[in-house]
Amino acid sequence: MKQGSEMGNGEFKKFIIYSLFLGVLILPMVGFPGTHFEAKRAFIVWGVFVGVLALGMLNQVVRQSSIYQKTLGGPQSFNRRVTKQFQKIPVRHWTLILLAAVAVYPLLANNYMVDVGITCLIYIVLGLGLNIVVGLAGLLDLGYIAFYAVGAYTYSLLNLHFGMSFWLCLPIGILLGAILGCVIGYPTLRMRGDYLAIVTMGFGEIIRLVLNNWDSLTKGPNGLLGMAKPSIMYPAFSNSGLEWATYSLKSLHALYYFILLIAVLTVIGVRRLDQSRIGRAWVAIREDEVAAELSGVPTTWLKLLAYAMGAAFASVAGAFFAAKLSYTNPNFFIFMESCIVLCIVVLGGAGSIPGVILAGVLLIAVPEVFRELQDYRMFAFGLAMAVMMVLRPEGLIPATRRKLGLSDIETDTIGELEESYQAVDSRT
Amino acid sequence: MKQTPLGNWRRAIKPSILELKNVHTYYGNIHALKGISCTIPSGDIACLIGANGAGKSTTLLTIFGVQRAARGEIRFKGRPIHRLRPEQVAVQGISQAPEGRQIFARMTTLENLEMGAYLRNDKAEVAGDMEWVFGLFPRLKDRARQLGGTLSGGEQQMLAIGRALMARPELLLLDEPSLGLAPKLVEKIFETILEINKNGVTIFLVEQNAHMALSISNTGYVMETGRIVLTDSAAALLKNEKVKKAYLGE
Amino acid sequence: MDTSSFLVQQLINALFLGSIYALIALGYTMVYGIIELINFAHGELFTAGAFIGLIVLAALQKYGFVQTHFVLTLFLVFGMAMAYVGVLGVAIEHVAYKPLRNASRLAAILSALGMSIFLSNGMMLSQGVSDRAYPALFGLKGITIIGARITYGQVFIIILSLLLMVALNMFVNWTKLGKAMRATAQNQVMARMLGINIDRTIRVTFIIGPALGAAAGVMVGMYYGSVRFDMGFIYMIKAFAAAILGGIGSIPGAVLGGMIIGGVEVAWSAFLPSAWKDVTTFIVLILVLYFKPSGILGEDVSETRV
Repeated sequence: MKQGSEMGNGEFKKFIIYSLFLGVLILPMVGFPGTHFEAKRAFIVWGVFVGVLALGMLNQVVRQSSIYQKTLGGPQSFNRRVTKQFQKIPVRHWTLILLAAVAVYPLLANNYMVDVGITCLIYIVLGLGLNIVVGLAGLLDLGYIAFYAVGAYTYSLLNLHFGMSFWLCLPIGILLGAILGCVIGYPTLRMRGDYLAIVTMGFGEIIRLVLNNWDSLTKGPNGLLGMAKPSIMYPAFSNSGLEWATYSLKSLHALYYFILLIAVLTVIGVRRLDQSRIGRAWVAIREDEVAAELSGVPTTWLKLLAYAMGAAFASVAGAFFAAKLSYTNPNFFIFMESCIVLCIVVLGGAGSIPGVILAGVLLIAVPEVFRELQDYRMFAFGLAMAVMMVLRPEGLIPATRRKLGLSDIETDTIGELEESYQAVDSRT
Repeated sequence: MKQTPLGNWRRAIKPSILELKNVHTYYGNIHALKGISCTIPSGDIACLIGANGAGKSTTLLTIFGVQRAARGEIRFKGRPIHRLRPEQVAVQGISQAPEGRQIFARMTTLENLEMGAYLRNDKAEVAGDMEWVFGLFPRLKDRARQLGGTLSGGEQQMLAIGRALMARPELLLLDEPSLGLAPKLVEKIFETILEINKNGVTIFLVEQNAHMALSISNTGYVMETGRIVLTDSAAALLKNEKVKKAYLGE
Repeated sequence: MDTSSFLVQQLINALFLGSIYALIALGYTMVYGIIELINFAHGELFTAGAFIGLIVLAALQKYGFVQTHFVLTLFLVFGMAMAYVGVLGVAIEHVAYKPLRNASRLAAILSALGMSIFLSNGMMLSQGVSDRAYPALFGLKGITIIGARITYGQVFIIILSLLLMVALNMFVNWTKLGKAMRATAQNQVMARMLGINIDRTIRVTFIIGPALGAAAGVMVGMYYGSVRFDMGFIYMIKAFAAAILGGIGSIPGAVLGGMIIGGVEVAWSAFLPSAWKDVTTFIVLILVLYFKPSGILGEDVSETRV
């Protein structure tokens, strides 16, 4: 994703005026559940609208203000100095502090909060998986939740019909997810961004409709019930000597630590992918597919790989989700879920792992804690997504790799380079 | 390079219609125009010649505001136009038959010509001008109901010039009207350009076919890698040794 | 019911459904033709039209206006829904699309998607999550053709949508503004050099497209008797399939595609389990995109394209 646009002051003012106009426009529509005007409802909705807009404005105004330019924005800015101070402490320490906090969290929280934590971690895994497809490879996927469904249903069906354990089902689910990822990816390889979006959206719906309509296998909208929780075996000394005992991950705490482990592994996996040759090739495809192809990057194969990898992570999250609830039904996998995951990736900053984690917490945990806000969540985040694309397309925590882009090299240098090339040209 | 005394002399007797002063244009980081200055007297035909990639088309696009002039000044009849958007430049009375003809492929010849007169509301006069254009290019009349995309290259070129004329411009910018046409057609097109000029339209012509262009022009400019390197009367340029060697193939 | 009347009935159903899809598909195709962006919020604009129609209709009904001025009621309901949604469309264009005209495609798509989520959730918050009843205007009276029943409501809807399509075609081909729209769609830079204010033509496109969608929304509400905040999604996918099938950017293509998708869906429901009919649409969409992404009438020089 390139920089959206450098907004001038006039354009920004226009943007604000039109946004307010849009707000006024939605007011009558949102205020009439019947023939009478419901002021309270209308104004809450409107309040959220203005709130999101105000945040966007604040961001822009602060960044344009002279004080910010002097203190935080410039080359020797406060921001950069602070960042440098932070960078002196190695990333490893930060990660450890964060990990410790997350590990201690369930000991201090009540059951409800642990449950929220689990949901949050599931979405972070989903976000990181989609991050591979959208953030790294730059392929838009609006049907991502289908892979989540595949994971959930694979485990549910295999467990219910054949009594297979979670650990056995997990690789099968990953494999199925990856295969489906390729099946969906293959016909879309040649398509441009917006067609891709619609087709993946269609695929996502097909999966959901199949799950919904195939009564004999999936029990349709009623869903599947009664899957076993994952269990682990550990060596135990009993009367008859060394034996393998099973410990079922039934308690919320156990499940929390389990998904935490999955999330940590996902972070490590995505990070390693990002820094590998493959990751660089993905970024190359994202920035300029033709150039990447001409440089010998096998784009077809790598795009399929991106879909497959993303699908695999979603499948793991899905299997865990089904195991945790011991229940699944097609309505968990509606289009809006895909949108939530996409919001996490985009708001966090496509391609940025810390961004995805932060956005995951912001989108899932915060509305859970403030329950009244939950209904307004997608309303606000939808608007935020649009406003963000216009004002700050790089997301909350921009991916670091992008900072190394051409834009940071002084334009003058390029100008000089260009002139020297031309000088050579004219001599020849 | 500075203007020759001849150029100054011309400006002294004829009012200039278009004036470029030290115009710089960039494509991203590429410095395409490096300080172009030229003056086009009212009622003349001026031509800009040079090799591929010298910045000839960029000059025309910059005049029209399609490319923004990063520095410098462009004046049309004394009014600065370098800050205007293309649709505002069109209102001033300039029209262009751009590089690649840019015909609306899924509109008929007639509709293409009508679009040329988009800014005009005087229906009777537009109809008159349409007849005039059909008089200049009778081929277009036969093709009136045909879609622009199905016309031949020469017909498209005529259509592009015709469309530009439909705006009844004071200044007509022509970008490579001879490109890809048969020699006979090239001659016909240049004859027509002369005829258009006789109707009082100032013409700024960009050409690779230097000989043809110079032979119908009053003034000529030679462009090299983003700079105007030579300015003189067209007749003088035709005799200039350097020009002969580089552009006339003699 | 014998075979022939059954077939006529299905034909009428297909025509009805097809014209609704066509009206929505026109919005996609026009917007795509002019700014090469899929207006993801279009499905929500369609739903918004249905809701505005509902609000106006309910208000008119409350004061007994419907019984006394039936034709005027229809005019008001459609007129206000279309006008409102047209303005809403322009507002969205200015907020979410215009600033991103020169940005990357992905940014523009995400912004459009954000607007879609925003509108759909806004409607959920205000109009509730359940079906909302639409007042029945036409009742069940109708006429019988070869044993097939067609209600006055259906007749009205089919005629109105055909009228709207004809009006659009006339606008695009015969008026100066309509021609300017086509010119802008075909070559923006050249259009600007001829003095066409492309901001204005884009604005007009964003009035007309959503307004047609809004009309379709009111029709769907009237015909099925209920509306829901998320009904736009499925119509959006189908109308999009129609636009692609016909060749995106082509106005006759959108109409043709809409009729085909409507026909396929009706035929499927008539002979095969109807629970799977939506799956068929998706599969048609994917097959078309894979084998002939330009559609039936798209990208062909001999076609009118907006």
